[in-house]
Amino acid sequence: MTAVEEPRTGRAGTLRPKSGGRGSGSRTPSGTGPQPVRRRQSWWQRLVRDRAVLLLALPGMAVIIVFQYLALGGNVIAFQDYQPYLGIGRSLWVGFENFQILFSGDPEFLSALRNTLVITLLQTVFVFPAPIILALLLHSLVSNRVRQIVQSVLYLPHFLSWVIVVAVFQQVLGGAGLLNNFLRSHGWEPIDIIGNSDAFYALITSQVIWKDTGWATILFLAVLAGIDKSLYEASAVDGASRWRQTWHITLPGMRPIIIMLLILKLGDSLSVGFEQLILQQQAVGLGVSDVLDTYVYNQGVLGGFWGVAAAVGLVKGLIGLALVLVANKTAHAFGEEGVYRA
Amino acid sequence: MSATTTARTSTARRPRTTGPDGGKRPRTRPVIDGVAMPGPFERTVKGVVLTIACALVILPFVGIISTSLATPEQVTEAGGFVLLPTGIDLSAYQMIFAGGVVTQALWISILVTAIGTTLSLALTTTLGWALSRKGAFGVRAMLLVVLISLLFNPGIIPSYLVVQRLGLLDTLWALIIPTSVSAFNVVVVRAFFVQLPNEVIDAARIDGATEWQLFWRIGLPLSKPVLAVVGLFYGVGYWNAFFNALLYMSDASKWPLQLVLRTYVVDGAQLGSQDLGIDAAALPPQTSLQMAILVVSIVPVLLVYPFLQRHFAKGMLTGAVKG
Repeated sequence: MTAVEEPRTGRAGTLRPKSGGRGSGSRTPSGTGPQPVRRRQSWWQRLVRDRAVLLLALPGMAVIIVFQYLALGGNVIAFQDYQPYLGIGRSLWVGFENFQILFSGDPEFLSALRNTLVITLLQTVFVFPAPIILALLLHSLVSNRVRQIVQSVLYLPHFLSWVIVVAVFQQVLGGAGLLNNFLRSHGWEPIDIIGNSDAFYALITSQVIWKDTGWATILFLAVLAGIDKSLYEASAVDGASRWRQTWHITLPGMRPIIIMLLILKLGDSLSVGFEQLILQQQAVGLGVSDVLDTYVYNQGVLGGFWGVAAAVGLVKGLIGLALVLVANKTAHAFGEEGVYRA
Repeated sequence: MSATTTARTSTARRPRTTGPDGGKRPRTRPVIDGVAMPGPFERTVKGVVLTIACALVILPFVGIISTSLATPEQVTEAGGFVLLPTGIDLSAYQMIFAGGVVTQALWISILVTAIGTTLSLALTTTLGWALSRKGAFGVRAMLLVVLISLLFNPGIIPSYLVVQRLGLLDTLWALIIPTSVSAFNVVVVRAFFVQLPNEVIDAARIDGATEWQLFWRIGLPLSKPVLAVVGLFYGVGYWNAFFNALLYMSDASKWPLQLVLRTYVVDGAQLGSQDLGIDAAALPPQTSLQMAILVVSIVPVLLVYPFLQRHFAKGMLTGAVKG
């Protein structure tokens, strides 16, 4: 479906610049419109009729088209020896040369790839289940007041920027931080966490858990609230314990949303916290903290190897898209809703 | 939140009078909606877990605020981090507000957040409204274009090239325009407009209202709650934006607060009196200055948080369920 819709936008350029001319007129169903009587109008009449709607849509659509769709065109520099002062037009075309980095066994690239996969794995195993458990815990609270207070507190870190989160962690766990001051004042050995590459993955995993677990419960709680209460009542009559109810009613009720989020996570598996990692690279070094996104930034924007960076970014994006599509298909094959149905 | 509340107590209101509620006396623990009340052991464990979780969120903030307010002597004595200040000293705040890099960055962040949120709301609501006009020319195709854009990300280098091409590098617009329309928020706003009663819109149309009047006089006033949420999300997003600033702003004099925060707090660069724009000989300890910058960057988020909190479950759910 991706491929079919886009070319239309391009073709319509001949119509009238203002319209943006999406949709090829006669094929757009008009039966649902507010004025079903005037169904048999040419696309031009309908465009003129709906010009106010199109005009309202225009600025917002322009931003999405320029920064999402036209931006994709920038990927052509993956096939160029791109030089900023020459621009895309005059830079030399080099075919697939930039893509050789993917296969040549470049140690920096391999290290970034490995770190990305390790971090994704850690996040899927430790970060993903955390909000599910927390949501079950919150849902089982009897007092609404307590639940709301706990929610208010735990949602908060989501609204802080990564810079703040990293700074907070430094202040708490750093050499002169809260934890180590406490340890020293009680005569214990301080623990070296910040800037220690051995502890780095534990550190970033706990940062993500601290920042987003509370907020991520919001979807799960909504699903939990929507589970049919009569199921619990019926099972209670049959003598089911709370644990059996959780296992046989609650978790199956959450399955669609869990699968949907896992699919989205899979599609994102090559993009791990750019902001979070780039902020901490200076402290621990690139060895453990360089991931594909930071590699692209460091190589391209900072290092000037634009073509190579774009090639890596492009392959990364394509794999991510393919992963979502495949995972979604697989979910359908197992009778699940997945993220969308084409 | 209110949905959960009503659902829990709804048993009483159910028409089904022959339900199991009445016949459940033999069970030892009271049952709500078919789920037994937890026992004392379970309740204790839960209480402890949730208390620890809340403490882990709250304590760092207490420490940061305390350190920013503590006297220099106490900070030096504590070796950096103070949990309970013995005296209050505002000199760290006076220094960062004296007109140096921090003040400058603060103004830039405020400016970007104000202009950005206004622009984002304008673009998002107009597009959301247009996309809610089912059957109008091109709306289905445009909706598809918006939805598909949720599935991919153009990548760091291509985004950079577009901003460069448009001549936005090192201008504040680079922090605003590329992120001004979030497809997700458009879908949320559209979902809200779609469920407005058709009768109202049709009646206004018969009375001769133009499309713009429908949007401005009916759509917007009826959608205040969702606009509040979306607006606050945009606002917090602009305030917190770090990635765009890092990518597009090489000129340090145009840095927003988040980049200053990174340089002087995360990376620990020394803030001298020259950076602060003062000629005081004795500066407060660096830790106090750093904590004061942190507090200044957190406080706006804390101020809007109660408003966000009241609405966001509703706003999020509209998007999640209907999107």
